[in-house]
Amino acid sequence: MALIEFSDKGLYCRQGNFYIDPWKPVDKAIITHAHSDHARPGSKYYLCHHLTKPLLQLRLGDNVYESVGWNEPVFIDGVKVSLHPAGHIIGAAQIRVEYNGEVWVASGDYKTENDGISGSFEPVKCNVFITESTFGLPIYKWKKQADIFDDIKNWVAQNKEDKKTSVLIAYSLGKAQRVLMPLSKMGLPVYVHGAVWNVHQALVNSGWNLPEVIRVTPETPKEDMVGNIVIAPPSADGTPWMKKFYPYSVGTCSGWMQVRGNARRRNTDAGFALSDHADWEGLLQAVKATGAEKVFATHGFQAAFSRYLNEQGIEAGEVKTEYGGEEEDNKTEAIIEDQADNTAIINEENV
Amino acid sequence: MKQFADLVNVLGTSTKTNDKLKALQNYFAVAADKDKTWVIAIFSGRRPKRIINSTILQGWCREIIGITQWLFDECYHTVGDLGETIALLLPEPEHRTAFTSEHTLSYYLETFIRIEKEADEVKKEFIIDSWQQMGRNEKFVFIKLITGGFRIGVSQKMMVNALAKSVDISPSIIAHRISGNWDPAETAFDNLLSEDAANTDFSKPYPFYLAYAVEEDLKSLAEENQWQAEWKWDGIRGQVIKRNNDFFVWSRGEELMTEKFPEYNEFKNMLPEGTVIDGEIISLAAPAQDGIFRPLPFAALQTRIGRKNITKKQLTEAPVGFIAYDLLEYLGEDIRYRPMVERRALLEEIIGNIHHPALHISPVIPFTNWDELREVRTGSRDMGSEGIMLKRKDSPYQVGRKRGDWWKWKIDPLTIDAVMIYAQKGHGRRSNLYTDYTFAVKDGDKLIPFTKAYSGLTDKEFAQVDNFVKRNSLEKFGPVRTVKPALVFEIAFEGIAASNRHKSGVALRFPRMSRWRTDKKPDEINTLDDLKEMLKTYNAQYTIEANDGSALNTSTI
Repeated sequence: MALIEFSDKGLYCRQGNFYIDPWKPVDKAIITHAHSDHARPGSKYYLCHHLTKPLLQLRLGDNVYESVGWNEPVFIDGVKVSLHPAGHIIGAAQIRVEYNGEVWVASGDYKTENDGISGSFEPVKCNVFITESTFGLPIYKWKKQADIFDDIKNWVAQNKEDKKTSVLIAYSLGKAQRVLMPLSKMGLPVYVHGAVWNVHQALVNSGWNLPEVIRVTPETPKEDMVGNIVIAPPSADGTPWMKKFYPYSVGTCSGWMQVRGNARRRNTDAGFALSDHADWEGLLQAVKATGAEKVFATHGFQAAFSRYLNEQGIEAGEVKTEYGGEEEDNKTEAIIEDQADNTAIINEENV
Repeated sequence: MKQFADLVNVLGTSTKTNDKLKALQNYFAVAADKDKTWVIAIFSGRRPKRIINSTILQGWCREIIGITQWLFDECYHTVGDLGETIALLLPEPEHRTAFTSEHTLSYYLETFIRIEKEADEVKKEFIIDSWQQMGRNEKFVFIKLITGGFRIGVSQKMMVNALAKSVDISPSIIAHRISGNWDPAETAFDNLLSEDAANTDFSKPYPFYLAYAVEEDLKSLAEENQWQAEWKWDGIRGQVIKRNNDFFVWSRGEELMTEKFPEYNEFKNMLPEGTVIDGEIISLAAPAQDGIFRPLPFAALQTRIGRKNITKKQLTEAPVGFIAYDLLEYLGEDIRYRPMVERRALLEEIIGNIHHPALHISPVIPFTNWDELREVRTGSRDMGSEGIMLKRKDSPYQVGRKRGDWWKWKIDPLTIDAVMIYAQKGHGRRSNLYTDYTFAVKDGDKLIPFTKAYSGLTDKEFAQVDNFVKRNSLEKFGPVRTVKPALVFEIAFEGIAASNRHKSGVALRFPRMSRWRTDKKPDEINTLDDLKEMLKTYNAQYTIEANDGSALNTSTI
């Protein structure tokens, strides 16, 4: 019997009777991170990292939550479970599961570059590694974060010169906080959409020392924003909400911006290939570091990635999960994120 | 080169026409003259020939980074553009020091021309060496130039407008001066735009005047008697030119096609010196008698273009004629500014004098009121035409696509309901999305593929279909997915011809998706017999032979 099975509700450990990131309600769920395609409502019990807990409370409401720190083992029916930094977003964890000397690791989403706020990805030795493969093709090779931040800052400066507002499209959880860091050093006020604001507040309330932002409300004077910065989630892109910032330029922060066609389809003025997922090299490096005898690829270009691993002498298979279709792309992610943001919008009286 | 790559980057990614114009103007303001000449050439379809085929090129790329063919293909199908795929896969240069030589655009293009006939090894050395010095954007542009494909979302019109602003000459004059037969490697920027040059190049065509589709009710066009109606013929718009005792045939795409149509050879001696006629290059059933001609489907003309040598068989099966619309130059004088009726009278005189079986004048359709013309229009297909052209009688011959004086009034397309059975990822802004579909009609309990279509849906609909394809793939053949036959679409098209190249026995002209029939089930689609019936009704006399011609505008399976 495999230690982790791929069931129709999600990754399932029969021995410990728990699920990892289930997409249907279950009794016991271990959550890698608070993005809504991994953290779904309706389960009776949630286990996550301390940093993830306030985010789950924000997004899923009142539930039974238990949280642990990095590498603090919990035993569930004799199965040893521990969480290790995945570097994806704040609180994102890989789940290490050990029983009878056999070790499996479910990566959740991860990136190998340390972005300064999401923690540094920790390679964990295991027998079997379940890896994401969102960007599992060699065309995905990220520039260094510092270089992309320079590009973003130059773009903002140019917009300022052209008397345009810079509207940066970034997921409200993760990417928004990540781009806020360099932007806050530009000496310009940073305005945020309500969905970004909610996450920001939840993080500040749980002790994060984040740069100051201003929430855009119907009362915010239009003139105040000219030439300044607005951070908004994908769901706000192209909606009447943006009219207020006119004249503006839209910059989209997403790994999908690596390919021109995607940027053109989004009708965005500037695309920044800034991703919270590992690129091709990052995925290969992570897989090799685990020393796993068997790898399951999911969540992206799993067919190509697992075929490549097999050719490299690493036994690999592909697994379909509901974290995305066969080739999850920006739309799926955007829609999922949109829904999350819309929930946040609905929860507010005004945006 | 970096300057040009930056320009292409703005042109390819900007969503606003104004930003594109500004970028072009900036470029024309700062770039070297030699580079500017090349930019004009590139954006007016005068690219250098491809110097290496894309299979060899991607082989070199795979060799450098050490990946297998299948993985390269996966990448290519995801990116949807070969140049971009290679640029993304190749490593970025380690250090771009001040010592790295910054070659100009013209240096690269002229090197292409110089090494065009050299062995592949020579080309390989030059190309790989260049790659090593270039950033991603430059590599992308460089590869686009090498492979000869260069479509990046900027029209010739936009380039002309930007150039006009930066040299302060009107766009219509620029459009004329940069037309015709000039070699960017041999032409200086100042000469290209000078008045003298236009006078010494005898081959130079005039920019074509193009019409928009009729927008509102015809009644808003005011008095019927101010308008001339003609049939809209479905061939290739062209100009025939007789100057300096020489003869030239240009297509609207500004391709010199003189050699392709031996039927026109005799025009050279018959046309008066200093004549330029605008008209339609079109296949006509032979023989035409007393000026009554019968157009063959566009598919016939297709067997004639895109091939170097024309066989006797093709000449007999698809003879080509010229239907004259307008006279632009008369006895060496540019008469485009004169009212159309005057130009028409002179044109009638010329054509009448020549009396050549391949040269006809586009007949005027008599009508007294719009309703009558509307009635006449319903007979377009029987005439072998695709609708009606309306031209204001006192109109000058303008430059480019303009509203007001000329309108095209096409007939409604033919339609058929079909089910999608294959899907493939698209290119450009549709990269990594399944947007290219193959459709089938019913034949008993079998599904027979009969056309492909790529356009007609909104972005939102494409996203929905893409999602469906990803979840309902039955089989994978390379980039093609066999899809559960469930989605029904109405396919609109302009014409239908018999074809023994196609499994269905028909080839469609301009097929596209006109409607997503969510109200219809796959068993309610049209049948192969319905298609054959249309074929019988609209034209039966012409068949595309196996392996004939290129697939310009006609769908092939």
